[in-house]
Amino acid sequence: MSSNVISIQSVSKRYGSETVVSKVNLEIQPGECIVLVGHNGAGKTTLMKLMLGLTRPSEGRVEVLGGNPAFSAAVAQRSALGYLPESVAFYEAMTGREVLSFYASLKHVAASECDTLLQLVGLGDASKRRVGTYSKGMRQRLGLAQAMLGNPQLLFLDEPTTGLDPLLRQHFYQLIDELHKEGATSIISSHALNEVEARANRFVIMKAGVVVACGTLDELYQLAALPVSLKINVTPGQASLVAERLGSEVSIAEVNNQSLSLSCFNGEKMPLIRRITELGEVVNDMQIIPPRLDEVYKYFMNQEVSS
Amino acid sequence: MRLLWILALKELRDGLRNRWIAAAIILLGGLALALSLLGSAPTGSVRVSMLDISVISLASLSVYLIPLIALMLSFDALVGEFERGTMLLLLTYPVTRWQVIMGKFLGHVLILFIAIFAGYGGAMLIMVAATGGSIEGWPAYVSMMLNSLVLGAVFVALGYLISVLVKERATAAGAAIGLWLVFVVLYDLMLFGVLLLDKGQLISQQLFSMLMLVSPTDTYRILNLSMFENVSQAAGIAGVASKAGLSGVLLTGVLFTWIVAPLAVTLLVFQRREL
Repeated sequence: MSSNVISIQSVSKRYGSETVVSKVNLEIQPGECIVLVGHNGAGKTTLMKLMLGLTRPSEGRVEVLGGNPAFSAAVAQRSALGYLPESVAFYEAMTGREVLSFYASLKHVAASECDTLLQLVGLGDASKRRVGTYSKGMRQRLGLAQAMLGNPQLLFLDEPTTGLDPLLRQHFYQLIDELHKEGATSIISSHALNEVEARANRFVIMKAGVVVACGTLDELYQLAALPVSLKINVTPGQASLVAERLGSEVSIAEVNNQSLSLSCFNGEKMPLIRRITELGEVVNDMQIIPPRLDEVYKYFMNQEVSS
Repeated sequence: MRLLWILALKELRDGLRNRWIAAAIILLGGLALALSLLGSAPTGSVRVSMLDISVISLASLSVYLIPLIALMLSFDALVGEFERGTMLLLLTYPVTRWQVIMGKFLGHVLILFIAIFAGYGGAMLIMVAATGGSIEGWPAYVSMMLNSLVLGAVFVALGYLISVLVKERATAAGAAIGLWLVFVVLYDLMLFGVLLLDKGQLISQQLFSMLMLVSPTDTYRILNLSMFENVSQAAGIAGVASKAGLSGVLLTGVLFTWIVAPLAVTLLVFQRREL
């Protein structure tokens, strides 16, 4: 309990009659990388704002770094915190360098770090231009730079890679990885499932304010009970013969001249593999393809929300 | 305190960057000079110093201009940051909400300080030079500048109150103009009207001075015109304030209440605000 960086206990948030976040429980340990996924309006941003203390829960309790983030006592702890809002806005009349050094001074961070960060996000040349002239991608990069001021222990990134080109996306994830190596915890909301798949420790899938699933990728596969795909390569011309020998209880998705695509549920996987190996030398290769995050996501999105 | 300065200096730099301060200095300085040159005609016969006369004309001018300048600075201060989304990020930094308000206040008062002291102060130096180095009447003039700064601070605080209460910048602009009209024009007109209708029957001098104290602009006017003998004689209201029992301390106290109260309410509303 006390080792948790963030502890959210049956938290609900209502605006008027509209419930934006409903009975959410979430414990986040130090060093974790949590990814929030969900449709637009699922409550991801509100959940982040609750953790940042920008809004207060209608019910339940939020604890960040051992304290209520909405209390003024939590203000000092915000030095250890970095936040990139969904659509980041800056003071348009200031230059990129001025904006960053303004935020740096609020965080007690040396001005020299600003130049390093600006170089890091590729804004070195544009740092003397007014933010008003920046493109969407440049604003996003400046947003990242300010979130990383002072090596934060806790990062909140709301759709961080929107507007970034592929190279910068990779670069961005490298930066996050480096912060993680130093023990930082991060909470990322994202729609780019294939990007975050390999990076997150745990996923929180939200739908209409409710956490419908939470866990590691493996746990989510189990929960969703999605079939595993197997692809086997056989001696050319033998595919239909192999299909016959596997029998009718094996579901075969596709048969080519020299390959077969099979699918089975997790519990049936090993028996099936044994049967395939028993087929002998006619099988010369086999690939096991677990379901991808977007399939898991689709599965949970199509589930009815049970309250 | 360090954080207050960072926030205040940001406002000050904004004011310098968008030429706001420069424009206000030119406006105030130019008008002060124009009025004192026009107003210098009576000094010859009445034997009142140029600075004393200037206090009278500038006090009347400032009642209109200073609230306008202050409101223009402040109406947008909070609602603008909410609307643009910069407040969201700012409040995730290690600053408390009262520091945000007080930092802005400090910055805006600093801008007014520079505008008033450079504008009116510059005009004073020119007048002194023009009258062959006569500095007679400078205490009244300097206290007029200080009072103007306090009046400006009142309207900065009132502007914040508008800014924290409304949902949109456009509404805030409208409300600021409304507030200006009420305190600078309508309240005085109404008071005049009531006095004319009443013909001195119901409204005693006591009640009238109370009614004057309700408006910060009237308080400012009395403060400037009645606290220095030379000025009040030249303005033709000698002894009015002391007869009504209005001391300088009381009048200044009223103005400071007009600063503290709106700021306190602004802070209270802002503390409860969810982003």
